[in-house]
Amino acid sequence: MVRELKQSLLISLWFVFLTFPLLVVRVNTIENVVVWRWGNILWVAIGAFVLSYCWRYMLARRKRQTRKAEEGVDTRGPLQAALDNVQLRNRAMAVLLVLAAIFPLVFDTYQTSIMVTALIFVVLGLGLNIGVGLAGLLDLGYVAFFGVGAYTYAILNANFDLGFWMVLPIGGVLGCLFGVLLGFPILRLRGDYLAIVTLGFGMIFKVVMENWKTLSKGPSGIANIDRPGLFGLEMTLEQSTVFIYYIIVALVILTIIVTNRLKNSRVGRAWIALREDEVACVAMGIDMARTKLSAYALGAFWAGMVGVVFAAKTTFINPAGFTFMQSAIILSIVVLGGMGSILGVILGAFILVLLPEYLRAFSEYRMLVFGAAMTLMMIFRPQGLISNLRQIYQYKGSKDKTAHDG
Amino acid sequence: MTDKKHKLLEVKGLTMDFGGLRAVDSVSLAVHEGEIAALIGPNGAGKTTFFNCVTGIYTPTSGDILLHPKGLETRRLNGLKPNRVTEMGLARTFQNIRLFPGMTVLENVMIGRHCRTEAGIFRSIIRNRSVREEEQAIVESSYQLLETVGLDKFVNEFARNLPYGAQRRLEIARALATDPFLLLLDEPAAGMNPYETAELDQLICRISEEKQVAILLIEHDMKLVMKISNPIYVMEYGKKIAQGSPLEIRDNPKVIEAYLGEEADA
Repeated sequence: MVRELKQSLLISLWFVFLTFPLLVVRVNTIENVVVWRWGNILWVAIGAFVLSYCWRYMLARRKRQTRKAEEGVDTRGPLQAALDNVQLRNRAMAVLLVLAAIFPLVFDTYQTSIMVTALIFVVLGLGLNIGVGLAGLLDLGYVAFFGVGAYTYAILNANFDLGFWMVLPIGGVLGCLFGVLLGFPILRLRGDYLAIVTLGFGMIFKVVMENWKTLSKGPSGIANIDRPGLFGLEMTLEQSTVFIYYIIVALVILTIIVTNRLKNSRVGRAWIALREDEVACVAMGIDMARTKLSAYALGAFWAGMVGVVFAAKTTFINPAGFTFMQSAIILSIVVLGGMGSILGVILGAFILVLLPEYLRAFSEYRMLVFGAAMTLMMIFRPQGLISNLRQIYQYKGSKDKTAHDG
Repeated sequence: MTDKKHKLLEVKGLTMDFGGLRAVDSVSLAVHEGEIAALIGPNGAGKTTFFNCVTGIYTPTSGDILLHPKGLETRRLNGLKPNRVTEMGLARTFQNIRLFPGMTVLENVMIGRHCRTEAGIFRSIIRNRSVREEEQAIVESSYQLLETVGLDKFVNEFARNLPYGAQRRLEIARALATDPFLLLLDEPAAGMNPYETAELDQLICRISEEKQVAILLIEHDMKLVMKISNPIYVMEYGKKIAQGSPLEIRDNPKVIEAYLGEEADA
C-alpha cells in the first residue's frame, strides 16, 4: 500500500518534470517576458498521481482475481452471477422485450432512428460473432458483406423496381455467397494472414463500388431507394421510421434465436473446437473446410440481410459508408462485448453506437477515447464485458448430484 | 496364433521424406483385432511421424496404408484428410496434449461424437425433436465415456484446469467418442507419475477388452510397454529394426544397442 503510494508519487513527479517545459513555461514573444504558469503543474501532479494509483490498484485486483480463479474460488461478478440464474434471465428478457416494443411510442423519430442504427449494429455484431467469437476466424473486412446487402437492394430497386421484402432474403443469400467466395481461398490461412486477406477483401469491395460506375454509380452513390412497404400503404417519414424500427427489432430477435441455437448445437461446438485447436479438431473427425465455410457464410448472411435494411432506412448509399472504420467498429463491438457472448455483443453495440451519438460534444475525442477504452479492455477484461454463458447439460447422474448439493 | 485374427491395419513400406531427410524409411507393420501393439524407439526415431502419416496429417512419400474394417472393404488411407481417417474408425491422441482448453470436459468428449452424428445447420436452427434427441444421446454417451476413464467428477470443469494425468485420459475419452475400432495413442504415459502410469495401463487394457478396440501405442515407459503390449515394433533412425513379443524384444541385441549404444567390447 505504502509502496504503491510512493511509486505513484514518483510517477507524478516524473510527469511534472516531463511536462514542465510545455505546460509551465510560456515565452511571450511580443512583450519579451516569460510567463510562469505554476497552477498547471498542480493539475498535472494530481492527475498523474490519481491515474497511476488507479492503474496500480486495477492491476493488483486483476492479479488477486486470477489467483483466486486458480484456487477455484468463484470469481464471477454480481452481474455474471445474475445472468447464470435462468429465472432472473427470463424475467429480464421479458422486460427488455416490452421496452423494445414501446420504444417508438415513447420517444420521437430522431431517437427511434438512432435506435435503428444501434440495432443494425447489433445484428452486424452478432453475425461477426459467429466468425470471430465462435470459430475464431478474424475478419477485418466484414463491412463488405454489409455493403453487398445494401448494394443488392439499391441496385435491384433502382433497375428492376424490386421491393424490400423481395430483396431481404436475396441480400442475405448474396452475402452468404460472397462469404463462401472469400472463405475458399483463405481456408488454409490462420491468424495474421487471415486478417490481412479479409482486410484486403473489405478494401476491394469499396474500390470496386467506387469505380464500377455502370453498376453502382461510383462515389456519388445511389439515391432514392424505396423504404420498406406494407401492402402498398402510404407512410409518412415518421411512420416509416417506426416501421423500420419494428422490422429491425424482429430481425434482431431472429438473429439472437438462430445464433443462440447454433452456438449450442453440434455445428456450434465444431466452430468452437476449430477456434480452440485446429489440428485436434480435424483429428476428431470434423471437416475443417466445411466448418470454416459455414461460419463465414452464416456470418455474411446476417450482414447481407441487415445491409438491405440499412439501404432501406437511409434511402441513400455510397461507398464511403462501407469503410474499414466500420469493420473496425463492428469488430470492436464483438471484442468489447465479449467474444462468443450474445448478450455481450448486444451491450457492446449499444455502447459503441449510442455513446458517440449522445456525446456529440466530444466527437473530436471519439477516436482517442475509443483507443484508450480498447487498450484498457484488453488489459483488464480480455474476455469482454459479459463473458460467454456456458450451456448446462443434463445427463444421467446430474440430478443426483444437485440433490446432494441441496 | 496371430494369423487367425483379423488384420485391421496394414502398413507396407511406408516412407516419409522431409526434403532430404528420410524420417520414416519403408516401415511395415500390422495391427490385428484385439491386440495392443506398441511402437518404441529412441527419441527422433520417426514414431510420431509414422502416426501422422497413418492418421492423414502428412501424406506419405511412398508405401501403402491399408485399413481393413471388419465386414467392409479395404480402404487405402494415403493422402486422405485426417477427418476422413477418423470417420473410418481410426482415432488418435497427441504426444503434446491437444485438448480444447476453453471447452468443458464434457464438451471435449462431445466433439468426438461429431463425426457419428449429423445435425446440420438448418436442423440445428429448427431444433426439432430428432435433433434434441440426438443432442441428448451425445451428452449421455459422452458422460458414460467420462465414467469409463474416471473423469466424471470433472464434467463441467474447463479442460485447461485439469491435472496433467487427467488431461491425458480425457484425450483418450475424446478419441473413444469417435467410435474407433483402432486407437493410436501417442505417448499416453508421458509425464505421468508411477501411480498414474499404473492406472493408465489398467485403463488401456480395459478399453481394449470392453470396447473391442485394438490399440497401437507409442511409449517410452518400458515397464508399461513390456507389461501390456504384444507385439512390439522397434524403430531407430526411421527404420524398423525389430519386431516380436516382449520377451524377444528384451533380448534382441539390436534393440539393446539402439537404446544403450554399442557395447565397448563386442
